[in-house]
Amino acid sequence: MTTTEMMTLKTEPFVLNFGPVHPSTHGVYRMRATLDGEVILDIEPVVGYLHRGIEKLAEERTYSGFIPLTDRLDYISPMSNNLGYCLAVEKLAGIKVPERAEYLRVIMAELQRLANHCIAVGSFLNDTGAYYTPFMYAFREREKIVDLFDMACGQRLTYNYMRIGGVSQDIPDEFLPALKRLVEQLPRWVDEYDVLLKQNEILLARTKGVGVLPRETAINCGISGPVARGSGVNWDLRKADPYSIYDRFEFDIPQGEAGDCYDRYRVRIEEMRQSLRIIKQAMNDIPAGPVRADVPHLIRPPKGEAYAHIEAPKGELGYYLVSDNSIAPYRCHIRPTSLINLTALREMVKGWKVADLIAIFGSIDITMGEVDR
Amino acid sequence: MTVALSGKDIASQLEEKFPGSVEETGQDSLVVKSDSLLAVAGYLKDTGSLAFDYLNYITAVDYYSYFEVVYQLTSLKHNHSVIIKSRCYGRENPAVPSVVGLWQSADFQEREIYDLMGIKFEGHPNLKRLFLWEGFQGHPLRKDYL
Repeated sequence: MTTTEMMTLKTEPFVLNFGPVHPSTHGVYRMRATLDGEVILDIEPVVGYLHRGIEKLAEERTYSGFIPLTDRLDYISPMSNNLGYCLAVEKLAGIKVPERAEYLRVIMAELQRLANHCIAVGSFLNDTGAYYTPFMYAFREREKIVDLFDMACGQRLTYNYMRIGGVSQDIPDEFLPALKRLVEQLPRWVDEYDVLLKQNEILLARTKGVGVLPRETAINCGISGPVARGSGVNWDLRKADPYSIYDRFEFDIPQGEAGDCYDRYRVRIEEMRQSLRIIKQAMNDIPAGPVRADVPHLIRPPKGEAYAHIEAPKGELGYYLVSDNSIAPYRCHIRPTSLINLTALREMVKGWKVADLIAIFGSIDITMGEVDR
Repeated sequence: MTVALSGKDIASQLEEKFPGSVEETGQDSLVVKSDSLLAVAGYLKDTGSLAFDYLNYITAVDYYSYFEVVYQLTSLKHNHSVIIKSRCYGRENPAVPSVVGLWQSADFQEREIYDLMGIKFEGHPNLKRLFLWEGFQGHPLRKDYL
């Protein structure tokens, strides 16, 4: 066949079903991709394989009884889910949290961000073809953080550590020394990623300029977290709308410019360094005292509604609660970071190849527990 | 700190522009009649002093006698926010206009509400169930669904 004949070769679009059971879909996400050869013409997301009706379950539980279920939303970062929910209830019922508990919450939330970004970066590199080696490195770091959580609350995955008005229990004596050791070790590990990957040609080829999300699109699609900041949106709720005691700490908001996969990856790496900065300040300033306000197990918040949001590792996580002055929420809506961050995926992958689809999807960093709820 | 704009201030601005569009005002929220929702939303997004370019979330609450659709809007430029609500009466065929044309982030969320609460979003380009399968009977988040 001559080149001219090849150029005029007619191809027909076909549909490739991708997922729900596929190692690169980070759970049970399914896409119906319309392809022309290897080029993506369109995708249609199909979700709901992990739908458990958590918002309905909330209406059947007491306010404190719902906390363990929040762990199951974004199961990669349960501490942040706990925190967002407790803040919403505290806002609704007007509960003040003791100082020590606020510091513990910040330490846990930032450790959680580190643990989440370890998985996000590790699995993203997995998706770009660096099979399992960086993933295992990332898990080495995460393991140390999980050990700390285990020390604080006895759990390694679903922590259920926060309570309405504080945290479930004080940290043991050996926690802070162990945290100090970790904070000294981690920057070296993060630098190691940089050395190994920052100038890795394969990674650059797979991520630079791939899956560009323009700033305006990101805002219009409601994108938040590292994905939005990778596109140059200067928006971090810890600075823009400080909750808990975040206004006391010094840290920077890393931003990308191009909005491609590489920038999203860089923002996450840089955020890990900033989280370490916050943890260092928090562990130096942490006061002694009670870790939980005197809140009864059954509370009846006054009639009304409240929305509290936090900067979770993946973006804006919010809880909208409506109270009818009974012991259970009348309505509990969870603003799903992962679901809303997927809104722009369709625009981002058009015209790219199947292998890029995996990389772009991986760079968004979602958890299906939060998409489907 | 994100400033929650007072519902009354915005309502008085809206009354001037769209008379009779505001049903009720609260401290940081206002209830807009569903037939003028789209015009109001467009005004809130495009007016320079308000510039609500970011839609945080949409949700719906079932109050038996009516459904309330809740929109929280934020302006990344001015760092202020407001909650807009719209009520639809009647359980048979509740409907509000879709805001996907203004904020694309409404896409999945409106489908989710349609799926679980049974509120139709008129003008949505692809309004079908998001989580549950086609052919599922009922809308589980409604209060009368067991």
